[in-house]
Amino acid sequence: MAKAAAKKATTAATPSVGRRPALAGRTTSAPAVKVEVLPPAERISLRAPEASVAALSKALGVTLPKKPKTSASKAGRTALWLGPDEWLVIDEAGNDPLADCAGVSALHSAVGISHRNVAIAVTGAGAAATINAGCPQDLSLDAFPVGACSRTILGKTEIVLLRNAADAFRVECWRSFSDYVFTFLSEGSRDAAV
Amino acid sequence: MSGAFRIPSAGRLSQAKTARFSFDGQSYAGIEGDTLASALLANGVHLVGRSFKYHRPRGILSAGAEEPNALVEIKRDAARKTPNVRATVQELYDGLAAQSQNRWPSLSFDVGAVNDIASPFFSAGFYYKTFMWPKAAWKSLYEPKIRAAAGLGVSPDQPDPDHYSSRYAHCDVLVLGGGAAGVAAALAAAETGVRVILADEQAEFGGSLRFESGARIDGQDGFAWAQGAVAKLAAMDNVRVLSRTTAFGYYAQNFVGLVERVSDHLKAPGHDLPRERLWQVRARRVVLASGAIERHMVFADNDRPGIMLAGAARTYLNHYGVAVGKNVGVYTANDSAYAAAIDLKKAGVNVAAIVDLRDNPTGPVIDEARALGIEVNFGRAVVRAGGKLRVSSMTVQPKNGGGERTIPVDAILMSAGWTPSVHLFSQSRGKVAFNDETKRFVPGTYAQDCVSVGACNGTDGLSASLDEAYAAGAKAARDANARDYGAKAAKGTKPKVDASESWSRGMLGAAPGAGPDTTVKAFVDFQNDVTAKDIRQAVHEGMHSIEHVKRFTTNGMATDQGKTSNMHGLAIAAETLGKPIPEVGLTTFRAPYTPVTFGAIVSHARGPLFDPTRRTAIHPWAEAQGAVFEDVGQWKRAWYFPKTGEDMHAAVDRECVAVRTKAGLFDASTLGKIEVVGPDAAKFMELLYTNPWEKLEPGRCRYGIMLREDGFIYDDGVVGRLAPDRFHVTTTTGGAPRVMNHMEDYLQTEFPHLNVWLTSITEQWAVIAVQGPKSRDIIAPLVEGIDMSDEALPHMSVREGKICGVPTRLFRMSFTGERGFEVNVPADYGQAVWEALWAEGQKHGAAAYGTEAMHVLRAEKGYIIVGQDTDGTVTPNDAGLDWAVGKKKADFVGIRGMARPDLVAKGRKQLVGLKTKDPKVVLEEGAQIVEDPKQAIPMKMIGHVTSSYWSQNCGRSIALALVAGGRDRMGDTLYVPMPNGVVEVEVTGMVFFDETGGRLNG
Amino acid sequence: MLLIRCPYCEEERPELEFRNAGEAHIARSANMAGESDDDFEKFFFIRSNPKGIIHERWRHMHGCARFFNAVRDTVTDKFIMTYKAGEPKPSKLPGVAK
Repeated sequence: MAKAAAKKATTAATPSVGRRPALAGRTTSAPAVKVEVLPPAERISLRAPEASVAALSKALGVTLPKKPKTSASKAGRTALWLGPDEWLVIDEAGNDPLADCAGVSALHSAVGISHRNVAIAVTGAGAAATINAGCPQDLSLDAFPVGACSRTILGKTEIVLLRNAADAFRVECWRSFSDYVFTFLSEGSRDAAV
Repeated sequence: MSGAFRIPSAGRLSQAKTARFSFDGQSYAGIEGDTLASALLANGVHLVGRSFKYHRPRGILSAGAEEPNALVEIKRDAARKTPNVRATVQELYDGLAAQSQNRWPSLSFDVGAVNDIASPFFSAGFYYKTFMWPKAAWKSLYEPKIRAAAGLGVSPDQPDPDHYSSRYAHCDVLVLGGGAAGVAAALAAAETGVRVILADEQAEFGGSLRFESGARIDGQDGFAWAQGAVAKLAAMDNVRVLSRTTAFGYYAQNFVGLVERVSDHLKAPGHDLPRERLWQVRARRVVLASGAIERHMVFADNDRPGIMLAGAARTYLNHYGVAVGKNVGVYTANDSAYAAAIDLKKAGVNVAAIVDLRDNPTGPVIDEARALGIEVNFGRAVVRAGGKLRVSSMTVQPKNGGGERTIPVDAILMSAGWTPSVHLFSQSRGKVAFNDETKRFVPGTYAQDCVSVGACNGTDGLSASLDEAYAAGAKAARDANARDYGAKAAKGTKPKVDASESWSRGMLGAAPGAGPDTTVKAFVDFQNDVTAKDIRQAVHEGMHSIEHVKRFTTNGMATDQGKTSNMHGLAIAAETLGKPIPEVGLTTFRAPYTPVTFGAIVSHARGPLFDPTRRTAIHPWAEAQGAVFEDVGQWKRAWYFPKTGEDMHAAVDRECVAVRTKAGLFDASTLGKIEVVGPDAAKFMELLYTNPWEKLEPGRCRYGIMLREDGFIYDDGVVGRLAPDRFHVTTTTGGAPRVMNHMEDYLQTEFPHLNVWLTSITEQWAVIAVQGPKSRDIIAPLVEGIDMSDEALPHMSVREGKICGVPTRLFRMSFTGERGFEVNVPADYGQAVWEALWAEGQKHGAAAYGTEAMHVLRAEKGYIIVGQDTDGTVTPNDAGLDWAVGKKKADFVGIRGMARPDLVAKGRKQLVGLKTKDPKVVLEEGAQIVEDPKQAIPMKMIGHVTSSYWSQNCGRSIALALVAGGRDRMGDTLYVPMPNGVVEVEVTGMVFFDETGGRLNG
Repeated sequence: MLLIRCPYCEEERPELEFRNAGEAHIARSANMAGESDDDFEKFFFIRSNPKGIIHERWRHMHGCARFFNAVRDTVTDKFIMTYKAGEPKPSKLPGVAK
């Protein structure tokens, strides 16, 4: 029944009404960095005990990372380790990870959060400096290498941070905080050349 | 020409770069690279301020951050006005405008100076003694007067137009202080490849190399060496060099706060430049190279303008090319002042005499001074300075008494020795140790991973300091490195000192002639006007702890934090107490080292970034409709939707009537939502809520109550069971984060055996409440795959399907008492689905309603709001919700707390309804309720009004209240005393409208 | 700002990501409804509030979101060690004399 419920909720919609993503298309540029809101993506919050990881990895087509602060990516789908039994799965290829998990009988919880989160890309030589305007983590490549990810703080709100490249980060936040987060990153970017 | 006292052959500034500036409206010329202080001195201006208490004329004492006197206001425009700027730190820019402070009508004639004559009334602790009586006068008279008279600068009264930036930074080695030692330590660390940050408060690195003309390192002038070394460091990828950056606070685990002054020195700062940048640095190792601060001599009238620290005079000459006078005297207990005299003499300034308190000092500087023909006097003291607005003479006497001799001078350079700057070390919780031989407090026991090098460590001599610093820098890099970088050896070579200066110790406390004469003002603390006499008096009056002496006299409590005064004050207290200095102890240094602007601390957190403002997906529609919003936590919620000409009451009345007669649409998206998933989901719900859940059928909903362990109501909300192992839980808007935390806490720590997981879905779903007799007619045409009949979708049920082609979780539920639905759709579709429902609603006369109408409608039905009708001391029974507590349950959070004796006792406050006898009177929420309005004050209050509204649907006012034994008082008359009369009320049930509940299916 | 080692993230992280959750090792009774008034008082209201070593609960709220336990010295404000929720009180503390 749980699986059925999950499946029903995620059947690809054929909406008669338009989707209005938060902050759609917003972007700002500073000399060393660009901050831009990314298009919508499919996302689930995946919770599972150790014993279910293999089955879920297979179903999702990406190996769920077991090491803290790491992520794994394959074919437009990224699994971010957020906690010892928690992953954020982001699909940017238009496939639905919730549907993929629905067929897994191993113990787990998959909840659709595609609309809960908004993603903002921060790219450029000043990307880390921009985020460090309000994020207290060490974002040097030694401490936060490419592929590293973490839930953390930006200013007065919570974000999930993923490093895509030496000079590129993906910042995920909840929808209603996205205006604050985008504004904060824009402010940070003004001073990121230093 | 940039001032009559500029010596073209001296200093490092380029004469070509003139900068105009003004002080108290008078225009002057300076040179780029000057500080305001050096530029004023170049123009012969010494008088720059008035003192705090006595309004005594004050000049420039120092050439750095320790300056207690030369505090001015810098004004760029009406809003950019900074008080209490140290002229010794403020860099000159073309067009700089400075004003003196604490004087009226003018700096040279200040009425407040009467305090100086009346000073017997202003002795130590005078606040505590003078303004004792009458008590009432304190608030009305004394405090306002004292506040008006006290303080130095005046803060600007307009919002700060500048912006400030902040940055978290991490490094392996943080070097604080960019003098010779700091630069050497940074070089050693940087050469190993680890991440290094080097910070110095000055515009240029070099520290005391700015004035030490005798220093040569690696074959060049010491200052030039420092510039070369710092340029090399700045070019390295692993090094960040921060000038104009003050480390103001040293916190736990090597977390250090620094403020970088980015644009205060610029003529026209670009809009994109922040004024200041706050660096919050986490360092694996910290090297403290904060140097030492010269002490003044404590003697009568030692505060006259023109009297300054010898090292400062030397800095003005050797760095800025400025002579501080034409005929200077020197008063010292220390060799370093000789070097100042020698440099000035060589630059063509007449040195009238050197007065040395010591009996028979020897050394090369003394010989050199004599060889230059300077008069040198040993065993003598300066017992008083002449002059008022500018020093005019010094009166010299053998220190053991004897004939006086007055020598005309226009400046006195003084040095009592150097105090190691242990401020940051002390802030790191390190314990200082007193070196009895050198009479210095130096770092003793370390509390954090840091090391002190050079003068701040009590290390004398350039060569020894450089050796120590270089070794410490390399070791810090190695230690920081060891953890996970793998040790690398330094590739560079240690700088070699070719020539240096060395100084002997000096003295602490008051020099002869500073007292005990009670009319003498020998200043210890210039900024707070504390004299040697004040400290002695404090001890005599019973202050035996240095902490008490400090607070009684305010010694060291000004914005300079006693950088020049603490050691003198301590020594005088110790001498008066007859105890050795270490037994009297040193007061604790606290952050900030120098004052920090609020702008830097607040940084980005202003305006829209002060706090997140959360808006729902439907917000833009409400805004376009002219909704008035209210703040609910961080959320903006539509409060009411006024039509043209409507006030709030008219709008709310219309909205309330529309919902009960036709239908209303309400944005309920802010409600907290948690998806509870797993085979043990129902078991978990049983434990977290008072209600039973195991038997709730999938597809049905239940109103749940959550308690804390103490038995009081914590939150409530409607919960839908989507599947045996999946619940959709709703919480209050404000309670969402704490309910999630509460649930996670129990799940992770008390019930970890349960296979269930929690996910916040508050923001996944936009929620549109459609309520009223026409609600089904509005929704039904847009829904696919859900049977909307009362049989298939009864009150308190939930179905998944589609609306407008998008997935929905459709709840049949009501917070209004009318037939109602809550349509959950993925948030990005929220506005579009709302618009579709709105269009359908228009066919049926539906209105949009806001939170105010929602509150009225639910109160008409007696539905509580947790946090308004409850306050953390209300049990389910108190709220009349016993029916929602599972009687057969063995356990749930709060089961035991609820049964505590006080919580089941008679006479508890219970929620009831109140009807005013005059139906037109609307009670005030929070108003107190009494049984007998004629009783004497203070009356016995038996409860208070929790909710109160005008109900258009009931045609009268309605209210809910917590009243002691309330349910036993049905029909009783109670009273609500208000300032304009007593309101009579009748106690009633909580339901004011549709008591049978028939309209839920109406 | 303190650095706190999260036993689940296996590294030190800034204090801003954490939230204190009160004293640790106070077990909730398996027979809660049957607890005496005295026992409930001890369980719910009484805390040790020591000067020195305290065992307390923290949550890596804005990190992995796990609750865990920590041993902290209330005098120096230093964390002695942290360990996972459910693990017993450590018998030996690194660097602390018994």
